[in-house]
Amino acid sequence: MWAIIFILTTQTNPNNCMQSTAEKKQIRKVIFASSVGTLIEWYDFYIFGSLAPIIAAQFFPKTDPTAALLSTLATFAAGFIVRPFGALVFGRLGDKVGRKYTFLLTLVLMGGSTFAIGLIPGYEKIGFLAPILVLLLRLIQGLALGGEYGGAATYVAEHSPSERRGFYTSWIQTTATLGLLLSLGIILITRKSLDADAAESIKAFESWGWRIPFWFSLVLVGMSIYIRLKMHESPLFSKLKAEGKTSVNPIKESLLNKGNLKMVLLALFGATMGQGVVWYTGQFYAQTFLENVCKVDFEQSRTILIWAIIFATPLFIVFGQLSDRIGRKWIIMAGLLLAVVSYRPIYQQMLQITSTENLVKDPSTVSIQRMIQPVKGKDFSLQTTTTSQPYPNGITEKTVHADTVYANGSEMPVKTDKVSKVLPDNTYWAIVALIFVQIVLVTMVYGPIAAFLVEIFPTKIRYTSMSLPYHLGNGVFGGLTPFIAVLLGTMYTGDKLVGLWYPIGVSLVCLVIGVIYLSNRIDPDVKD
Amino acid sequence: MNAIKKYMGLVWMALAIGSYYILLKTAIEQINKVGHMDAIIQWGIFAIIFLPIAIGLFIFGWLAFQGLYDHLPGSSGEVED
Repeated sequence: MWAIIFILTTQTNPNNCMQSTAEKKQIRKVIFASSVGTLIEWYDFYIFGSLAPIIAAQFFPKTDPTAALLSTLATFAAGFIVRPFGALVFGRLGDKVGRKYTFLLTLVLMGGSTFAIGLIPGYEKIGFLAPILVLLLRLIQGLALGGEYGGAATYVAEHSPSERRGFYTSWIQTTATLGLLLSLGIILITRKSLDADAAESIKAFESWGWRIPFWFSLVLVGMSIYIRLKMHESPLFSKLKAEGKTSVNPIKESLLNKGNLKMVLLALFGATMGQGVVWYTGQFYAQTFLENVCKVDFEQSRTILIWAIIFATPLFIVFGQLSDRIGRKWIIMAGLLLAVVSYRPIYQQMLQITSTENLVKDPSTVSIQRMIQPVKGKDFSLQTTTTSQPYPNGITEKTVHADTVYANGSEMPVKTDKVSKVLPDNTYWAIVALIFVQIVLVTMVYGPIAAFLVEIFPTKIRYTSMSLPYHLGNGVFGGLTPFIAVLLGTMYTGDKLVGLWYPIGVSLVCLVIGVIYLSNRIDPDVKD
Repeated sequence: MNAIKKYMGLVWMALAIGSYYILLKTAIEQINKVGHMDAIIQWGIFAIIFLPIAIGLFIFGWLAFQGLYDHLPGSSGEVED
């Protein structure tokens, strides 16, 4: 599919005749090598988020499930919070040493820390050392990602002709979403393939199989390093270095130079903070909301997201290419405006069509399954009771209740009931459509943003300058979205949509700043 | 348009102070209400991480009020001036 889109968009653009075949071949290589590495880094970063509830059970004290989830999200958020620091550290390196070696280093750090997370023994074995190690490795992941994206986007943009910059950099923009898709896919495949019996497979996954997606990262990173080692340094940076014009102190020049600082702040408040919350609302909070508020079944909530991502991802390229013709600003602003006006209706609809409240239960259709499993070396067994209740709207509500059954016959409940809903086909696809709309908004705000950021900063401090607002906006504002939205939900329990006020508010402020202050000009020359 | 850019600078400065004040007030209320370590960590993270961002928004407003966004640079030379 990607090859077809690439060929079609390459052939239909009249400006493209300005590029020779050799140049086209070269840029394809650059895009491929950059995108593969960046995709893998996003994969590494997101498997942690996608496995948040399992990681909570493995590494955090089992008080109550919400506390465990929040603790994990906090660890997840820690990865986002350090991203701007990664942007500064590796951005500085990229502006001084070069783009190629810097993002090779970030790849090694990311792959190594992801693999190591998969090796840490659980809380029950090594106590508090387990969550501390997880947190440390998560911080390294965040730092590495902070250095990766800016390098890859800068590298591709500095190889691109001005009239195709939005199009070429939009391939880098697909990697975050595809990294998430890959993480969801690997998790689902692993979860299903550990045992011939589905229930046993899920049990094995929750016990030890969750480590496999982390270990798999080593294979992916090894491949990517091999590809990236064959790449050359960015031609613009090489020229700058040969002329001795690289920056002596990129951080100082980025943040203490008033002319550059004002552009860093404008990029953050007028574009990236809104882009960040739209990205994480559509692709992360949507999943959290489906699972925790709508109570949609684990597997369905993930496959819904997978379908929506598959349908919407080509639009990153479409909007990237469109931005080469009409400018970056208004596409990003339109995405923000649509997010502000549509989030509450979309989520209200998701809540409504998955609701079983006020529906009549037919007791004759209830099915109950009991399973008793002895616990090795103990005088008790674990009894799991699964009650399935079909509703007139086609939804089947499953309630899993666990009890400890002692040898003398007495029972003691050990866990609160876990409710999940299995959706019928029509509701399932309606939710896919609602998530798809949200991801279309993501493609609008995110598709053109790499070209936009590259164009507003000079070559010698570009890596540092563009990475900082990107990771503050995407990492801090965006990455905290699921965490803040869940927290708001626990504070104001009367309104199930209360968590949406955070992305709506941030998008609105960003929209107003962007409309008033941003320019729609496409920079014809990023070589200066 | 430049007048709007300039006077909206005051709004961004007020928003920076106002939103951070609300964040701090909520953090203190929630820490007092919930009382355990989880709440202190969560709200402590918010208070620390959003402080430089609030300062950044205030500086953005100040620069806008000074008229620094009346003209956006067209080349790197202008950015570095």
